[in-house]
This record gives sequence, C-alpha cells and structure tokens, in this order.
Amino acid sequence: MIASVSFPLLPERASDFAGSVDAIFFALLAVCGLIIFGICAAVVIFCVRYRRGSPAVHATLRGSSLPLEIAWTSATFLVFVAIFIWAAVVYFRMSRPPANAAEIHVVAKQWMWKLQHPNGRREINELHLQIGEPVKLVMTSQDVIHDFFVPAFRAKQDVLPSRYTVQWFTPTRVGKYHLFCAEYCGMDHSHMGGWIHVLESAEYARWLASGDVTESVVAAGARLFVARGCSGCHAPNAAVRAPPLNGIYRKPIALKDGGVVIADEQYLHDSILLPNRQITAGYDPVMPTYEGQLNEEEVMQLVTYIRSLGEGGTR
Amino acid sequence: MNVSPGIAHQFDDAGQQREAATLGMWVFLATEVLFFSAMFLGYTVYRVSYPRAFADAAQHTLLVVGTMNTAVLLLSSFVMVLAVRAAEQRRRFSLAGLLALTALLGAVFLVIKGFEYAQEIREGLLPGANFHIASSQPEHARMFFYLYFLMTGVHALHVFIGVLLLGGFALRALFTRRIAAMGTAVDLLGLYWHFVDTVWVFLFPLIYLIARHP
Amino acid sequence: MKPSYLEDEHSIRSWLLTTDHKRIGILYMVSITVFFFIGGAAATLMRIELLTPPGDLVTSTTYNKLFTIHGVVMVWFFLIPSIPTVLGNFLVPMMIGARDVAFPRLNLASWYLFMGGAAFALWAIVSGGVDTGWTFYTPYSSTYANGHVIAMATGIFIAGFGSIATGLNFIVTIHKMRAPGLTWFRLPLFIWTIYTTSIILVLATPVLAITLLLMALERAFGVGIFNPAMGGDPLLFQHLFWFYSHPAVYIMILPGMGVTSELIACFSRQRLFGYRYVAYASVAIAVLGFLVWGHHLFVSSQSIYAGMVFSVLSFLVSVPSAIKVFNWTATLYRGSIWLQTPLLYALGFLGLFTIGGLTGLFLAALAVDVHLSDTYFVIAHFHYIMVGGMVMAYLGGLHFWWPKISGRMYPEALAKLSALFIFAGFNLTFFPQFLLGYLGMPRRYHAYAPEFQVLNVLSTAGASILAIGYLLPLSYFLWSLRYGRKAEPNPWQATGLEWTTPSPPPTDNFDVTPIVTEEAYNYAP
Repeated sequence: MIASVSFPLLPERASDFAGSVDAIFFALLAVCGLIIFGICAAVVIFCVRYRRGSPAVHATLRGSSLPLEIAWTSATFLVFVAIFIWAAVVYFRMSRPPANAAEIHVVAKQWMWKLQHPNGRREINELHLQIGEPVKLVMTSQDVIHDFFVPAFRAKQDVLPSRYTVQWFTPTRVGKYHLFCAEYCGMDHSHMGGWIHVLESAEYARWLASGDVTESVVAAGARLFVARGCSGCHAPNAAVRAPPLNGIYRKPIALKDGGVVIADEQYLHDSILLPNRQITAGYDPVMPTYEGQLNEEEVMQLVTYIRSLGEGGTR
Repeated sequence: MNVSPGIAHQFDDAGQQREAATLGMWVFLATEVLFFSAMFLGYTVYRVSYPRAFADAAQHTLLVVGTMNTAVLLLSSFVMVLAVRAAEQRRRFSLAGLLALTALLGAVFLVIKGFEYAQEIREGLLPGANFHIASSQPEHARMFFYLYFLMTGVHALHVFIGVLLLGGFALRALFTRRIAAMGTAVDLLGLYWHFVDTVWVFLFPLIYLIARHP
Repeated sequence: MKPSYLEDEHSIRSWLLTTDHKRIGILYMVSITVFFFIGGAAATLMRIELLTPPGDLVTSTTYNKLFTIHGVVMVWFFLIPSIPTVLGNFLVPMMIGARDVAFPRLNLASWYLFMGGAAFALWAIVSGGVDTGWTFYTPYSSTYANGHVIAMATGIFIAGFGSIATGLNFIVTIHKMRAPGLTWFRLPLFIWTIYTTSIILVLATPVLAITLLLMALERAFGVGIFNPAMGGDPLLFQHLFWFYSHPAVYIMILPGMGVTSELIACFSRQRLFGYRYVAYASVAIAVLGFLVWGHHLFVSSQSIYAGMVFSVLSFLVSVPSAIKVFNWTATLYRGSIWLQTPLLYALGFLGLFTIGGLTGLFLAALAVDVHLSDTYFVIAHFHYIMVGGMVMAYLGGLHFWWPKISGRMYPEALAKLSALFIFAGFNLTFFPQFLLGYLGMPRRYHAYAPEFQVLNVLSTAGASILAIGYLLPLSYFLWSLRYGRKAEPNPWQATGLEWTTPSPPPTDNFDVTPIVTEEAYNYAP
C-alpha cells in the first residue's frame, strides 16, 4: 500500500554545507542537462533528416576532423576542471573543523550508534544539536566499517574500527532529520539509523540539562585514569618510569626506532591499545596492552582526559 | 589450409607462430609481475608501519639456508641459459641433460625450502594456533611470517610448476625426432624460469637481509 | 562448399572439446545467458522487496545475500565476459582475417576456468549464500560475515584466470595475426576496444586475485592483514580492490563502445567521424582508468590531498568518453540512416551512456560525492553505464551479428518493439534511483524510510517492463534458430572482413587469407 506520504524530490537543507553542495549539484545538472539535451536533439534531428531515402543531402564527410576534435576536447576539459576546482574548495572546507566546534564522541557497532556529548550526556541512535553551533564528531567503530550519513546536512564519513575519523557541520534549521549508516555493515545495516534533532538554543539547553548526567567526558576519563591503573605509572610522582602525559597532546614524540610522531588522538588511542607499537625513546616497553580491557568509549574518554592535561607542552 | 608439420593451423608460417608464442609469454609474465607486486605492496606497507616487529621476526629467518637457496637458484638460471644455447645448436643430448640439471636444481631448491619450512613450523613460526615468537609486538611479527609464508609459498609453487615443465621438456628432448621444433618452447621456458629466479632475487633481500634491521 | 562451423560436427564432444573460436564464443554465450537470468532473478526479488518500506517479503539476511548474488554474478559472470568472450571470441579473428585466435586450446581452457569458477560461486550461493556484497569489504568479509565467503572468493579467483587467458589471447592475436595490409589504423574500432580491454584484463585481474586470496586466507587463518584489531589496515583492501575494480568498470564499457562504433558507422552508411581520435580515446581511457581508483574512497578517511588528485584524474578520464560521444553523434550527420534494430540499440547506448557518464562527474566532484557516495545515485549511475551501456551494446551487437553467428535473421518488427521496451523499462527503473540517491537513500538497504516509497514503486514498475524486454529477445532468437529467414552473407551491406564469409562461416573462416587495401568503414551514404 502506498501511504499518502509527502513525495519530496530534493532533500531538506539543514546545514551550512547543504547550500554549497546543492549549488555545485545544480551547476552540474545544468551543464550535463545541456550536453544531454544537445546530444539527444542532434541524434533525433539527424535520424529524421538523414533517414534513408530522405531528400536531404547525403554525403561522405571529408576533410580533417581535427579542429572540431580540439574544440570539443578543450571545451569539455575546461568545464570539467572548473567544476573540479569548485567542488574541491568546498570539500576542503568540509574537512577542516573549526577550533571552537563542540566535540561529540561517536562509537558505532553492529547495529547502533552510541554518542556522547562533552558534558557526559549519552544518546543512542539519536543526536540533539543546537542550531547555529558547529559540532565536530570524533568517531570510531567497535567492529566493522560503518558510515555516519546525514542527508539533510550533506555530510557523510566512514567510521573505521581502531581508527578515529572526524566530520563536522553547523546545523542551520530546526527540525528532525534522518541519520543513516551508509557503509554496508551486515545483517541489520538498513536499520542502523536514527534521528538528528536540531533545537533552538533555549530548548537545547533544557534538553542538555534534563538527562541523568553524572560526569563529564573529561571527568570520566580522569576517573578511568586512576581506576584502570594508568596513574600508577604515568602520574608525575609515580614509582615506575613512564612518559609524563602533561602537555603531551600535539607534542612531537621521539620514538625508539628513531622516528618522530605527533601525539594526536590516534597516537594516544593506539598507545593505550597497542602500547608496543610506537615506543617513546628512552623508555622500556613495559606497558601492558588494554586491548579487550577498555572499550572504544572508555578509550575516547581517556584520550579526552589526556588532552585536557594541556597541549604541546604548554602547561 | 596449411598442413606443414609443427605449425598450428591458425598460423601462416613458423615465424608468425614463434612471434605469437613469444609475445604470449611476455604478456603472461606481465600478469605475473602484477600478481607478485600486490603482495610486495602489502609487505612494503606493513614493513614501513611496523619496522621493529618486522626486524624481530626477520631475526628468526634462516639466513644461511636462504643464501644457499639463492645460490642454487642462480646456478639453475645459468644452466638454463646453457640449455637454451644447446637448443639453438640442436644438440639433443646436452639439451636434455641441461634441462634435467635445471630441473634438479629447482628440486633441490624446493627440498631445502621444505626443510626450512619444517624447521620454522617446529619453532612455531607458522601463523595459526601454535604461533609464538619472542617479540614485543607478536601480532605484527606474525604478519611478517604470514606474508613470508604466502610470498615464498606462491614462489615455491611457481618453482614447482617450472620443475615439472623442465622435467617434461627434458624427456621430450630425449625422445623427439624434431629437435628444431623445440627451440621456441625452450626459449620461453627459459624466460619463465628466469622470471621465477628474478622474483626470488627480490624476495631474498626483502625477507632475509634488510628486514633484520629496522 | 565447406560445411559451416555449426554443421562441421554435431556431437556434444565436438562442442565441449572444440578449439574453434566461434564455437567457444557460443559456449560463452549460452553460459553467460544463464548467469544473466540468475543475476536478474536476484534483482527481481530485490525490486519486489523494495515495493514497501518495511522489509516484509524476505529477511534482511536474505536480502543481503540477494544483492551479493546479483553483484557477483552480474559483474564477474556476465558483464566482464559478455562482449569480450562472446562477440570478441566470435569476431576478433574474423575481423582481422585470421583462421583462429593465436592460442585456441588456451581459449577453450579459459572457458573451463570460467565454468570452474562459476561452479564454486554457484555452490556458494546454493549452499547458503554470502552476504558481503560484491565488494567484500574487510573486516566484515574477513572476520564478521557468515556464509561461504571463501568459496565465493575462490570462484572469482578461478574465473579471473579465465579472464587473464582471454585477454592474453586477444593481445597476441591482434598483434600478430592481422591479415596483410590490415594496419593498426585500418582496424575496426571494435578491435581497438577489445585490445585495450585485454590490456586491462591482463594487468588488473592478478591484483584482484591476490587481494581475494589475502582476504580468504585472513578469514581462514585469522591473520590480520586487513583487520585493524590485529594491526592491519582495512583501507589497504579497498585500495587493492578498487585498483582492480575501477579498471574493471572500463572492461565493462570499452567493448560496448567498440560495438556502438561498428553499428553507428554501418547503419548511417558513413565513415566513422574522427576514427583516429576514437581509437586514441580508448587507449586514453584504459591508461587513465588505472589511476582513478581512489575516487571510491573519498569518504573513507583517505587523505584529502589524495582525494583531490583522484578527483581531478576522474574528471580527466571522462574527457575521452565525451570525445567518443561527440564523434558518434557527428557520424550521423549527412549519413543515410537506416533505423534497424541494431541501430536502435546503438542510439540507446549513446543516450544512456551519456547520462551514465555525465552523472559520473557528480561522483567525481568531491563535495558532491560526500553526499552521494553509497547512495542510490551511485546505483543509478553505474547501471546507466553497465546496463544502459554495456547490455544495450551487447544486445545491439547480438542482433547485428546474429545472421553471421546463426545463419538466420531475427524478426525485425518484434525486435524493434522489444528494443523500445528495454529502453523505456530501463529508464523507468533507474531514473527514479538518481532522485532517491540525492534524497539520501543509502544503497544495500532492505528497509527504508516511507518518503522514499513512491520512487521505489516507480523503479520496480520499470523493472517489470525491463524483465519482459529481456525475455523477448531470448524467445525470438531461439525461435529464429529454426524458423528465422536464412541470412545472406552480408544482410546489412556492411564493410568488415567478417561479412565476406558465408553465414554462418566455415570452421576456418577464410579459404584464402584476405588482403586489406582500404580503411575501415568505407561506406558511402
């Protein structure tokens, strides 16, 4: 049965990128529509006019086709490159989250989305956002590859196991929008979705305060840091010699192998789960792995806590 | 229709047949290059990612055995060159003998490789339930041995096929009445054998030599 | 007079052990027709399921298996072999004036490899199925998926060697067995496209083989090459997979372009406009096609600079395709256009391929692809290329050369009618999917949001017309084998060496090796 649902032809536009993406889309549509119309019109006209036995002039085409070839090759080339540049510029902007964006943690697993706001408020398969405020999603998966897709925001990013991926957007319209998993992930892939709620500021503040929030993400990380024994070695006055973590975030780390890495989120994540992979120079590989001991949400909380200890040796 | 002996019906003359066969072998080798390069790519990616684990793992490879095998294979390639020459000069018995010797060297390579595998399996280096290795990153060291067994295994399969072909050709050379007709085939077999040898020349340093030092 | 290749011998053995390129072409034709209808049956069930938003006809696992079957069977057991192994096997030696391909026994072996691979794939399907999708993304395929992933991968692995053998055979045949006087720039463009396709087959397929081998071994032995939990990199799989599978897209379209070139030249009685540029364009597509695989990974966390390089190259690869379209259109100008069924298919190809190609630009444009990737827009785009392009070209070619292959004419009026059916049904099936994709409906969804229903119903309605459209040619081709009018050697007054032989040709094709003294497509309107 076909329900009497609305029958949209275009998706809603609810983020600041949606307009930019639609602009490129319609420009492409215009260019491509023109080409397709031209080709089809030419084919129909030629087929009628030059049909077998028609009175029109039938003649073998002679002479070089080179000028025409150069003309249409360079014309298509230039149009295509122009569109490439336009789309690349927007893409570049989409991949650069602003510094002031609120950070939301997303952990995907077969077949649900687990999200956590900075103040500790958790959600499952739903995300409440404040209109006009940029948010940055830091995402990882506990099993296979998923993809966080919000059509109304024109935003999509794969979510990989053991790896952090990031996307960001600024919601611009109040409403309720689809969240889909766009990377095939097994049995209930098509049910791995939910809703994004964009709220007015006041309503958002009310919503944020309403849940049973016990501790912020940083506080949870701090608690884990002690409870899981990290502080036994990494605290400033610990007995075991381990790299100090104050101000480690974004700091260049010299490795035992001779390389240098920047201690970003991914590095901190891997150092907790695969501690022997990249050993800091001057230290022994004595740290046990927390693989299987901590889940990805807890690792994210720890990483957030470590980041809160200061950046790049500034503290 | 063409009925000259030794020329398949689709070809006009022996020259065309020879050129076609030669080009066919080169195209086949192009396919083989891509086949191995995918594995080499995987190896490179992980060696760059985990130099320490790969160094730890490479310590466990048997350098002496590998070197011996390199020598055996290089020698076999040299003998193969002599066989190709013998075919050109239509010396039937040297051809048969040299082909048999090449096959024998290939077989020696396989036997040595077999002992090497056996030793490694005894040491628990075959990825699987019994895998264990003294390394700070056993899971990445295991990846080294996975790639090691895969790459040398696929290579050994190529050697094995080569040995069978060489043996068959040696017998054919011994009993054929038309040694002249074998020239192209021996040439192409030589190409194949040198290719297999070349792959080993890349495998040997990657696995036994440079991986030892991160 | 010599008996035709069909009447040379009649035993089953004479077919199963044949080394005649024409008979091998027929063997392939029968096999891929069976696979086309298996893949089509899976698609039919999927379209019926998608009539309503909730997943109510089959379970989600069954649906996932259906789209995997559809993808695997259609890609590896229909599209990739379609024109190269059927029309290519039949025509390449005849078009270049040869008695057979360079390695006839290898040719037969390739069919057995193909069938061996198919046997594994079919076994995997009937004994429980596979639910990974045809892309086998890790770590889902290597660790989490249930079902017979290894058997399926083995099937594709084996069939891949059949592809390599076919490609190798064509390369050598086209290089070394051309008739005297048949220089490269006198070759029909069909030969050019088969040649470039063969190069891709030979260079890309081994990478797929090793990728599937790594995936299957990982699954069997639990080693983590592609599993991040064990330090592996799942993106490495995607890079290796698309390094094969993007060029494979060109395997699936270049031969169709070749057929279209033949048809448009013949039925407009015109030399092909810009012959050389169309030939060069095939080579350009084959070369650039190897450098654009990364455009499948724009949202996979690939570096944005890599994304930009792959994006600009993807725009570039569309330029030679555009050149071809313009030249085909220009060929019609001042021609003498004879609207027979093969030309209808060729014009259908022209229009649908243009739409398919241009919608590819939307997916190559980075910011737009972020929204569109993994949605129905992608599905619509590649079906316009694969079905609107390749299947239309295959059917056009089949009609065009049917008199040569079978010695009989097909019923023209019915054929025209079914061509229109297919064209209309195709557009109704897949055009709504562009809209669905832009609206944001993800692919591989068993159940969907209610606002997508109207477009899905339209699509399913189109699919039923399309299904009838495909059954018609099957019926009248079979009918014509017995009741069709006997074909003359050259019913279309076409140029090309294959038309100088009787219909159907004798086993050795030519009594005397022909000597070529003129350009291809020497038509006068």
